[in-house]
Amino acid sequence: MADNRKTDGLTKRTFLTAAGATALGAATGVTGFPSVLRAQEKTVKIGLIHPVTGFIAFSGTQCREGGLMAIEDINKAGGIKSLGGAKLEAVLADSQGKPDIGAAEVAKMVEGGIDGIVAGYSSAISLATSQEAAKSNTPHVVDVGVSDQIVQRGLKNTFRFGPGYGVIAKFAVDNLDKINKAAGSPAKTAMIIHEESLFGTGTAGLLQKELPNIGIEVVDVIKHANPTRDFTNIALQIKSKNPDLIIPAQYFNEYVLLARTLRQQKVQPKGIYSVLGGAASNYKFVKEFPDAAEYIMDCNHWFNPKSDIALQRKKEAEAKGLFYTYEVFLTYNAVAYLADAIERAGSTDKDAVIAALADSTWDKHGMPYGPTKIVDGQNTGAQPVDTQVLKGDIEVIFPEEFASASPVFPMPS
Amino acid sequence: MPDIAILLPSVLNGITTGALYALVALGLTLIYGVLHIINFAHGSLLMLALYGVYFLAVGLGVGPYQALVLMPIAMFAVGYLLQRFVIGKASHARDENILLVTLGLSIVIENLAVYFFRSDTRIVDTPWSFEVVEFLGAFLPLPKVIAFFGALATAAALWVLMTRTELGRAIRAVAKERKGARLVGIDVEHVYAMSFGIGIGCLGIAACLLMPSYYVTPQVGHGFVLIAFTIVVLGGMGSFVGALIGGLIIGVVESLGGLFLGESLGQIGIFAIFILILLFRPTGLLGHKV
Repeated sequence: MADNRKTDGLTKRTFLTAAGATALGAATGVTGFPSVLRAQEKTVKIGLIHPVTGFIAFSGTQCREGGLMAIEDINKAGGIKSLGGAKLEAVLADSQGKPDIGAAEVAKMVEGGIDGIVAGYSSAISLATSQEAAKSNTPHVVDVGVSDQIVQRGLKNTFRFGPGYGVIAKFAVDNLDKINKAAGSPAKTAMIIHEESLFGTGTAGLLQKELPNIGIEVVDVIKHANPTRDFTNIALQIKSKNPDLIIPAQYFNEYVLLARTLRQQKVQPKGIYSVLGGAASNYKFVKEFPDAAEYIMDCNHWFNPKSDIALQRKKEAEAKGLFYTYEVFLTYNAVAYLADAIERAGSTDKDAVIAALADSTWDKHGMPYGPTKIVDGQNTGAQPVDTQVLKGDIEVIFPEEFASASPVFPMPS
Repeated sequence: MPDIAILLPSVLNGITTGALYALVALGLTLIYGVLHIINFAHGSLLMLALYGVYFLAVGLGVGPYQALVLMPIAMFAVGYLLQRFVIGKASHARDENILLVTLGLSIVIENLAVYFFRSDTRIVDTPWSFEVVEFLGAFLPLPKVIAFFGALATAAALWVLMTRTELGRAIRAVAKERKGARLVGIDVEHVYAMSFGIGIGCLGIAACLLMPSYYVTPQVGHGFVLIAFTIVVLGGMGSFVGALIGGLIIGVVESLGGLFLGESLGQIGIFAIFILILLFRPTGLLGHKV
């Protein structure tokens, strides 16, 4: 269900104050209607569609919080200046983790006169929401969804600020090769454990193809449902195959259960190298399971730890009680990227905004990307980083120019 | 083809996981199996109980097993009041209304949980969460072993309650012949509320035993409620021993299904059993013909 949340609208109190001031002004003949005119200020409606209930609700909620933070910051900084300081208005919707509901929410928002949409966390939902938005040429920025299909369908309205899984898988394999070779190539075999939706299946497929090229044999690939209540069977299978590397590609809850079960079943690989792992680059996981998380590596979306913008936003998010996960900063940036395009377009005309999104060179994102460069809707500068949990903190280990620590591999037993 | 050496550990794991399922199903077999109340809110109430255990642990430092003293009583009270003042009153004794009321309740409870607790995944980390018991070469997580014995004890206690107490006799009388029970002086509304309360109280026990090895989110109940209904049908409506055996069978089927068919397809076995039981033995393993 969509609900409107004015982040900087007119409250009852300000309305009454304004009405009082106007009445006084009318009586004295001194003043006009500046306060009341605030009520007629144009707002720019930004739709935020995320799975805040359902099996990926944690991530969806984090996305929503990131989007709302961006809107709050932009409004505090004066709104869209080229539109006379028009404020952004968040229109929230819950996709419940289902693509069809996500698409239905887009249709409702379009009927309500939405100016742009940021959605939908998962690849499957992002595919559906962007396709529905394309019917009305509504600008649509995908916040997280990593499937490359999202930007390969020729939809002019669809943009993705972050990287797709093609880039991520290549980056992951290239850096794994570097890490492995630097340690004397101890890893020769790997097992991939992935969730069964588009994200996990697509990522696993790419990895399965790429890993043999760097001399790592994939001994097994295990797909599991969401939710999976018990990972003992999977841990037993891993134990019996005894791979050097375990490569998970999962959502948060399943990752946590897998990590716990691996410890219970005393599975000790040379390394755990997640690719878009749901938890290995997650402060919540690290805080709650410092021992299980230690030395896990993850190739995932991450902010530039040397960027003042990123560190400031992290501080603000944490002050709100949020874990600064990739969902938060990717959605923040997706909204800010859209707002920047509206600012430069100087209008909410859909064609003008889409053109501004396409030729964006925005660089206030605090990500390890460089200025935005869009080709066919994809920000081509977007890349993941490799992180590793070291001494209870998440450190960037690759690429070198953004690294805050050196990798520790193989894991000390 | 999986390694033969992991077959036994996999079966043992299935038994311990099945015990957790059985714990959730024990309450349902009383509510659904005996009183024929299709309680769609069972999963949501399990979620509520899990949050109760979580907040007791995090807020007051009461461990999940210490919470066993409190949670079953608290959940019994929740169940009693719900049946007496919400489900009973709103359903006007019509089964189809009960179904809708409990479905509505589950939506309300779940959304309130999202509103108050957000969708965060919450976990209680105890010193024994990672402890294992080595048995026949398998590492069995200690919380699951404890849950296994907890399920046995709960099933036994419910059996004693139903067969050896006045209340049990009254519940059985109401289940068999509501009007007749009323004519002989049984307070039918009270018995319904007591049964519902006891069923939900079982969720309090299940939550205490589940929390050390699982997590809680507002949606956590979904993963258990369908399985619980399957177990009730498999074990035989209203049979506590049946629910226990059914839970263990479902656990083993799920475990071996995952091993041989792949984890993604492993759950097919559970629902195949459900269909087969309905086709060939609708009374369940230990159920009786009505």
